[in-house]
Amino acid sequence: MKISTLFYTFRQGFVNIFRNKWYSLASIATISACLFLFGLFYAIVANFRSSVLKMEGGVSVTVFFHDINDKCDSHVVPDDLRIDEIGQMIAMRVEVSKVNFITDDNAWVDFVADHYGESADYARGFPENPLEGMCSYEVYLSDVSLQEALVNWLYSIPEVRLVNFSSLTADTLSGANELIAYVSLGIIVILLAVSIFLISNTVAIGISVRSEEINIMKYVGATDFFVRAPFVLEGILIGLLGAAIPLWLIKVLYNCALAYIAERFEILSSLLNFLTTEQLFRVLIPVSLLVGAGIGFLGSITTVRKHLHV
Amino acid sequence: MGRRELQRRKREQLIEEKGVIYLDNVSKVYSTGAPALNNVSLSIHKGEFVFIVGDSGSGKSTMIKLLLRELTATEGSVHVMGNDLAKLRHRQIPRFRRNLGVVFQDFRLLNDRNVYENVAFAQRIVETPAGEIRRNVPAILATVGLAGKYRAKTKQLSGGEQQRVALARALVNNPAILLADEPTGNLDPKNSWEIMQLLEEINANGTTVVVVTHNREIVNAMHKRVVTVKRGVIVSDEEGGEYIDED
Repeated sequence: MKISTLFYTFRQGFVNIFRNKWYSLASIATISACLFLFGLFYAIVANFRSSVLKMEGGVSVTVFFHDINDKCDSHVVPDDLRIDEIGQMIAMRVEVSKVNFITDDNAWVDFVADHYGESADYARGFPENPLEGMCSYEVYLSDVSLQEALVNWLYSIPEVRLVNFSSLTADTLSGANELIAYVSLGIIVILLAVSIFLISNTVAIGISVRSEEINIMKYVGATDFFVRAPFVLEGILIGLLGAAIPLWLIKVLYNCALAYIAERFEILSSLLNFLTTEQLFRVLIPVSLLVGAGIGFLGSITTVRKHLHV
Repeated sequence: MGRRELQRRKREQLIEEKGVIYLDNVSKVYSTGAPALNNVSLSIHKGEFVFIVGDSGSGKSTMIKLLLRELTATEGSVHVMGNDLAKLRHRQIPRFRRNLGVVFQDFRLLNDRNVYENVAFAQRIVETPAGEIRRNVPAILATVGLAGKYRAKTKQLSGGEQQRVALARALVNNPAILLADEPTGNLDPKNSWEIMQLLEEINANGTTVVVVTHNREIVNAMHKRVVTVKRGVIVSDEEGGEYIDED
């Protein structure tokens, strides 16, 4: 393609938008409405997911080892070196994000704080640490759905006596995660399908107005590419404009919502993990622009195709 | 000798023997089952001026659509400039159409652009360099008598002037064949004559001209080859013939 043809294509793409300003406005409004819903939904889902991930980060399992007080002789009692080695093995697992070693002294301090609270003096009645030799690992998970696999593996270590875990928490969080994934996928697919349908209709009306122009181009000997390129470019530009408007709107609304929640519902801010505007838009900007351009591209290319067989 | 060169020679030979337009036992039946052309054979040689006449629904426009490869024949073969149009691939059609200039009854101009842009549009489509466009467009507008109106919007022009713009657009790419489908259908007698004189001049410069019309006065006055189509069949084909409306 000659450079002059390329410039002509770009010029025509821009000129077409202004020449058919009402259709262009209708298309931009349609894309904007769809992408606004998409952005709004994404902001809610992303924040919900971020909060679930924060909760997941707090889920841990505790690993206890056999000690000399165990009645059964067949149990393997680990020495300090072996406990270190097991700790390293645990840390290397993909299911694990963090491992904390809890000494028997620390375990007793925590126990006293948890169970006696303000009446800690009662604990002084114990001459020695009742939890002596009961050191443990506190293992934080990278993904709660992998908890079961990790627990099974931990039990396969002969020195491990007990693994404390909550399958209910893991199952609930894992289920919530799965539900968010399915619901968001479903809603996004529906929104995109509606967008493409609406855009293709709007572009179809715009193009049918210009079907005569396409017709003339074909009679004069224009290639399909020459006919299609300005319309496709126009579609992409409309898509990008249609994506930019809701992005700006969502940014303003999101900032207002964050400020309002922080001011009025402080407790929510501590419970949930709200994403910052930058975190949210790091994904939303490229996705919205890509979806907008994609919808414009698909809508225009499919509609122009119908008019090319002259 | 390369395959392309062989094909080019074959096309030239076919043009020499059968003409720039050659229809061989062509029939066209529409998907609705309505027959439009029935076993039509016709040869038009380089530099000829031919009228295709007939009543509405006789098959004249179907013939033009076949020549433009807008339609394909149900039976028989259509050759234009040595190309067998049935064998033409979709992507080859644009290049083939650049051999043809087309003029319609309703002008089909781009009304949001001026005269110059309408003609230049045809040159841009075939990727003519900008410098050449700037030379060619004023020259062709002068040929059709619109040199002074290149800035005018098409809606500001009379019917005759609009048809001249359409003619300029059809001719600016130097086509070998000019197809005119009822070019005087929307014009008054004076403008009709002016357009026909222009077509005659274009033909005198070597372009093959095919005019589809049912304007009896013009056909009979111009004494050119007249092909009469009736109910999809060629009923007469005479040099210097007349259009006799039997109805």
